[in-house]
Amino acid sequence: MTAVRTTFVNTASDLLDADPRTALVLADISASAFAPAARRHPDRVLNVGIREQLMIGVAGGLALTGLRPIVHSYATFLVDRAYEQIKLDLGHQDVGAVLVSVGASYDGSRSGRTHMSPGDVALLDSLGDDWRVHVPGHPDEVPPLLRAAVRDDDRVYLRLTERRNGVAYPDADRLRVVRRGRAGAPVVVAVGPTLDATLAATRGRDVTVAYTHTPRPFDTAGLRALAGTEVVLVEPYLAGTSAAVAGRALADVPHRLLALGVGATDLRRYGDPTDHERWHGLDAAGLRRSIDAFLD
Amino acid sequence: MDTLTSTGTAPLGPLLRRITGDEKHGPSAHSTLDVLWVLYDRVLRVTPQTVDDPDRDRFLLSKGHGPAAYYAVLAAKGFIPEDWLDDLAGPGSRLGHHPDRRLVPGVEIGSGSLGHGLGLGVGTALGLRAQGRTDPRVYVLLGDAELDEGSNHEAIAYAGATGLDTVTAIVVDNASATHGWPGGIAARFTVNGWTGETVDGRDHTALSAALTGHRPGRPHVVVARVESKG
Repeated sequence: MTAVRTTFVNTASDLLDADPRTALVLADISASAFAPAARRHPDRVLNVGIREQLMIGVAGGLALTGLRPIVHSYATFLVDRAYEQIKLDLGHQDVGAVLVSVGASYDGSRSGRTHMSPGDVALLDSLGDDWRVHVPGHPDEVPPLLRAAVRDDDRVYLRLTERRNGVAYPDADRLRVVRRGRAGAPVVVAVGPTLDATLAATRGRDVTVAYTHTPRPFDTAGLRALAGTEVVLVEPYLAGTSAAVAGRALADVPHRLLALGVGATDLRRYGDPTDHERWHGLDAAGLRRSIDAFLD
Repeated sequence: MDTLTSTGTAPLGPLLRRITGDEKHGPSAHSTLDVLWVLYDRVLRVTPQTVDDPDRDRFLLSKGHGPAAYYAVLAAKGFIPEDWLDDLAGPGSRLGHHPDRRLVPGVEIGSGSLGHGLGLGVGTALGLRAQGRTDPRVYVLLGDAELDEGSNHEAIAYAGATGLDTVTAIVVDNASATHGWPGGIAARFTVNGWTGETVDGRDHTALSAALTGHRPGRPHVVVARVESKG
């Protein structure tokens, strides 16, 4: 099992031990990793089998009784497949849950399109239900995010990926400046695991690079404080997902916006995640090409 | 309320007539009237004073279409004021063509899109069990056409396999499923380990017995047959 999933399993298991309000709903994915926790808490670790609609419905029901459900599967099964359940069984009932996905945009590239979910964050955006979205770029960012999410009662999406940066910034719920340019320099916002490639792509350019693992709610105040005229978003999911929120944040300020991310087209290709990063222009060379063309 | 019981649902008539503008779902509203009345009059351990009591019984109207009968029963039992019935789905109304739990006291779930109630009911039963609340039951009312939605079958299979015995599903069968249910509706449940009874959906005595006919270790389904929607 990958480092980030191990971190999630360990943290969630600890939370189940420590907080009797916590419950976990699975649809077979990661069930064996959670077997020890299930033995300790058979009434609060619930594997419904390969039934993602039921997984979200059960989470909604648990929350209606006052429990705090963590719900976990691949992003494409958890969000894409169960979209209306998320909308109605959580949002419309006005109850919360912590959805924790793995797989992200193309961690499962060798499995093909069926295991990819570049559109998950955009789908949650479409619900307008105040979803908090975390996209950690390092395994060490996961435990504090999960612990804080479980303490709360709201709707949280924690999007885990095997792609990672070299350094963890657990405190980056708002835009955290990682490299500061001169006053008025273009600002490049890197979300989650895109930071290292963004830093490499902008090396030698006078830009401010800011990082966040929490694109929702987007740190609009931070963006306004940092932004000059040029703004670049680099996101590890569908390109343009945060363009609307950035545009609203800067509506009264003259600006140009470049929104980079995963393309919307089914490439019908396998290969490694690094191949997909390159094909979507999210590797350092691709980002440099896009950013240079935008700024020069 | 004993008067209402002894005279059946006739006194609900004036309340139903106050609910205007529900022509679209009229027949299905009527189909649930007797089941709802028996539930609220004889079965459910919930009152307007206990709508937030964690140990109350839960009633989840999954088939949210045609809630006129539901609203009439809630008004008759004092959960909502009768004058709420006069402006169904109006701009200032708390009562719509599908109920919203945030707007109507005593309503456990917002429903309308079919196939959501049973999953929420299973989750509610699991949540109560995890907190040691073994007394409350969870009743979920569905329609026979609603069973077309695959999400129900996820819930039926899981609840049966795990013996979730605090759940009672009620399927009001007015033969409106486009392709029908050859072999019967109850069989869809019992093959998965549920106990099941099929009764006349207008017979209050039979309904009352079936709705309290659950047994330990297995979830229970009551199929309430009413006249065909036509």
